[in-house]
Amino acid sequence: MSQADLSMHGQVSRTSATETMAAPAFSVPAKKMAMWLFIIADSATFAGCLVAYGFSRNATPNWPRPFHSITNVALMTFILLTSSLTMTFAIRDAQAGDKGKAFRWTLLTAVLGAAFGVLHIREWMALIDGGTTLFHNPWGTPLFGAFFFSITGLHLGHVTGGVIALIAVALRYQGGRYQADDLEITGLYWHFVDLVWMFVVPLIYLLNLSH
Amino acid sequence: MTDDTHKPGGMRKDLIVYVCLLALAAIQFVITYQDISASQMFLRMLVVAIIEGGLALLFFMHLSDNRGLRWFVIIFTVAVLLGLQYGWTDSFRLTSGVPWAH
Repeated sequence: MSQADLSMHGQVSRTSATETMAAPAFSVPAKKMAMWLFIIADSATFAGCLVAYGFSRNATPNWPRPFHSITNVALMTFILLTSSLTMTFAIRDAQAGDKGKAFRWTLLTAVLGAAFGVLHIREWMALIDGGTTLFHNPWGTPLFGAFFFSITGLHLGHVTGGVIALIAVALRYQGGRYQADDLEITGLYWHFVDLVWMFVVPLIYLLNLSH
Repeated sequence: MTDDTHKPGGMRKDLIVYVCLLALAAIQFVITYQDISASQMFLRMLVVAIIEGGLALLFFMHLSDNRGLRWFVIIFTVAVLLGLQYGWTDSFRLTSGVPWAH
């Protein structure tokens, strides 16, 4: 192969590489695509848990209905939905170049997430005080505790991870190490956590409300 | 970022979506107190939850701005969800088709 061919091939190869880098899948940058793939995989995890719960609840005649009030879960839902709104405000301000506002909205989102976690733990403690554990409860099939603590625990783990991520990303964004893109990717994760809660509330809480 | 850069005035749209989500969540709580069977309640709550999730996906997560990604997410997720439904008949068999069933 002549030097000219090599040069030509080298040129073609470089052009091809540039084209590949310029056109990511679905016009979504790699970091953001990675988060979407994680979200898709994680939604399969939650869907698997919720379908397994539905299967067992359907197949178990003495499924307990231990919840008497919707106040706590309504408050938790309100807080989580509001945190999604504050996250969108943070991203908008970050993309508009207003670092200070974006930082404050992100921290407010983290605070709301932490408040959600506290309310969640409070509810867990009330159930544990009432005799519910992973393998036992005073009302009916022990599967209730296993599913309740597993699914809400998995979600609470996501919220806790999200709060930590929000604080870390906000601080690095404020310090100039992260950009608005990074804040947006963290926001995607936070909205996903909110989305999962929209399915957990009716299936785990509201269907198990005693009338 | 690329195609889904937030447009000015979008804050109002976010607020509208937020109010819709709150309203839909409230509808779920209202359904809880309706005098209907558990299966009907489950169905209605699931429909409301799917609408809520769709709103969050389209507007908060900006899937409405990217057609290709939107279809990728929808097709993949729906395929997984459909795949998970294979066990329901067995679930009903446990309550009505075994010797110790009522």
